[in-house]
Amino acid sequence: MEIRAKGYLSPLSEKGKHSLLTYLKEWACTTDAKRIGVMYLILSLFMAVVGGVLSILIRLELMQSGPSIITDDSFYNALPGMHATAMIFFFIIPCFTGVGNFIMPIQIGAPDMAFPKLNLAAFWILPPAALLTFGGFFFNSLPEFGWTAYPPLSTSVYSPIWGADLWVMGIILVGVSSTMAAVNFLATAFNMRCKGMKMFQVPLFTWSIIVTSFLILAATPVLTSALIMLTLERTFPGVFSFFSPAGGGDPILYQHLFWFYSHPAVYIMILPGFGMINEIIPTFSRKHIFGYALMVWSMVAIAVLGFVVWAHHMFATGIAVQIRVGFMFLTMLIAVPTGIKVFSWLATVWGGSIKFDTPMLYALGFLALFPIGGLSGIVLAAVPVDIQLHDTYYVVAHIHYVLVAGSVMTIFAGLYYWFPKMTGRMYNEFWGRVHFWITLVFINVTFFIQHYLGMKGMPRRYYDYDPQFEALNMLSSFGSFVLFAAQFIFLANVVYSSFKGKEAKANSWDDGLHLEWLISSPPDHHNFHEPPVWEPIVRQHVGPDQPGGLWHRYGE
Amino acid sequence: MATHDAAMAGPGPGEESLGVTNGKLGMWTFLVMDAMTFAGFLAAYARLRWAPGSNWPLPIEEFGPVGIQLTALNTFILICSSVSMVHVLAEQLRGNMVAARKWMAVTVIGGLIFLGIQGFEWTHLILDLWPFVYTDATYGFNQNFAATFFSLTGFHGLHVSVGVIYNFILYLGIRNGKIGPEDTSITEIAGLYWHFVDLIWILVFTFVYLI
Repeated sequence: MEIRAKGYLSPLSEKGKHSLLTYLKEWACTTDAKRIGVMYLILSLFMAVVGGVLSILIRLELMQSGPSIITDDSFYNALPGMHATAMIFFFIIPCFTGVGNFIMPIQIGAPDMAFPKLNLAAFWILPPAALLTFGGFFFNSLPEFGWTAYPPLSTSVYSPIWGADLWVMGIILVGVSSTMAAVNFLATAFNMRCKGMKMFQVPLFTWSIIVTSFLILAATPVLTSALIMLTLERTFPGVFSFFSPAGGGDPILYQHLFWFYSHPAVYIMILPGFGMINEIIPTFSRKHIFGYALMVWSMVAIAVLGFVVWAHHMFATGIAVQIRVGFMFLTMLIAVPTGIKVFSWLATVWGGSIKFDTPMLYALGFLALFPIGGLSGIVLAAVPVDIQLHDTYYVVAHIHYVLVAGSVMTIFAGLYYWFPKMTGRMYNEFWGRVHFWITLVFINVTFFIQHYLGMKGMPRRYYDYDPQFEALNMLSSFGSFVLFAAQFIFLANVVYSSFKGKEAKANSWDDGLHLEWLISSPPDHHNFHEPPVWEPIVRQHVGPDQPGGLWHRYGE
Repeated sequence: MATHDAAMAGPGPGEESLGVTNGKLGMWTFLVMDAMTFAGFLAAYARLRWAPGSNWPLPIEEFGPVGIQLTALNTFILICSSVSMVHVLAEQLRGNMVAARKWMAVTVIGGLIFLGIQGFEWTHLILDLWPFVYTDATYGFNQNFAATFFSLTGFHGLHVSVGVIYNFILYLGIRNGKIGPEDTSITEIAGLYWHFVDLIWILVFTFVYLI
């Protein structure tokens, strides 16, 4: 069998051209950020399917009130946590890391990441971490404490199972992997820019990776410290009791440490998506981004505020009311920089010469749906409302509007957008649009109704519910099945088009502005044949009749 | 030699950079991450200790003056080994690799003495002061006093152990001639880590022993 591939996909050695095994070995041991990025993407899409199957199991069980397909309630208890773990730690975060690995060094004109071997190590920590995290599936010992692992439920007294220890260790490893990637991204973005690429010339996707890396760097280790303490407490319960009141510990302490990571984690999961939207909307509107500097500073503001709002997850724990009010205020403040971004996107589209290809459809779909998640966030930030809605399906609806209508929509937008660059071939536009419309409609069918269920008092994570909620749960389940099935259109499109798609041009969308569109699709092993020079551009926003207003009218 | 090492170390800085090596930037960002890990442990310590009714013993009464003096000596030794790390770089800048190697040996030995004294202290504390760790005995105070002690000093000790290994590898590199007078950035980066470990110890010593 002869392996014919172009650019960075081509085999590195003579032997690799004829032996698939050698070719795969070259991939597994590569230090090329593009290949590592693709490996991240493959792993994360696989884990997305795993997480999707788990969510389908949950929705199947919740279709009808009373026990239906899952007879073992403790198995059901484990499902929401496992679904969240798969989606958060093994799908969304690595997926953004993957795209960042591929695109970010090219955008700043670098040949590779700053620490290629560290990059490879960071990737290869993930598969064993996944095996550990989901190890409980193999010997029927799944942790039932959700993805938050609150003690005392997660201590050795109430979760005396090996699966829980393995889960904790897996999550620690994921944290190590993502901090390694963050160190690498920061060194690359700050230190390896090509001539002319000053910090305020850097494309906004790269800026989003920089800000996200700072978040990872400062937040993830705090979770690691909490999980190390949890492991010590689980392993030596007689000596360590950080979190159990019986030994003088404090369960609320764990929640503080956990949410000090996990609230910034929400921004870790959305800021790179914002960055992708920042690339896609100008390309398909053929205009410069509106308010480049504001986009950067609002991202920084989101990141900074993201560190001082964590206790809004803990309004129901009985912390002092003054503290709750302070956190309520700070949480609502986040709507300001986010609003700046949303309005800047709208202003970029305004007066543009818009092309509705699939990436743009996803970007606009994101722009339409994400504010719903943002607004329900403001609802939940209000202390009196939150006390009512805490741990109901309203929270489930909110987080899924943020993560599915937010992060996942941006992931699809970014993957469709850079697919020609990554594979050198175009995806099938018709099936891309079919995928978009089904996804857009059925996200709402699945999750919108959950706002109502939550307000009526249906609790989350429960095996069973009041029969009066049955019809709406049936609707939500139906929506989730179609939503899940539609994703196979995407996977089939990706697999088929990677091999059989129409060959892509270097500037696959004709209007790509940044450096990745100047090199061949797919890029060669070292990205650039000679060191690129970035001609500084003025990203000012001018009317469509002014020079530089619309790219296609005034010159290439 | 230097070019060879530079190629081994991966791609270098681009035209637009912060004017430092990639490695130094990587170490600084890593240290931010590491500092936050310690911040997690220290925040937990503070929360557990200064909670109302925490029943926390006074460290000076628990460890005794001798225990604190021993650890003060240990702190002094660790600071000295940081000073000798500075001498490694200074000698390297002068091109005197033999002296640099000797100072690196002093740094490694300083780290080892620190670990030895800490190991002795742990043994004494577990066997003589806190038998509840390995028997059914009860402890008159909040047992998290011992738990936070072990987690903070243990995590720091882990860092010292890594640093000793790291410095020993540099020692071997200097001895084999793989690190020459022009490879100062390698020493600087190792120095950053070693001084950071020292700095963290000042915090841990203050929190756990002094106040």
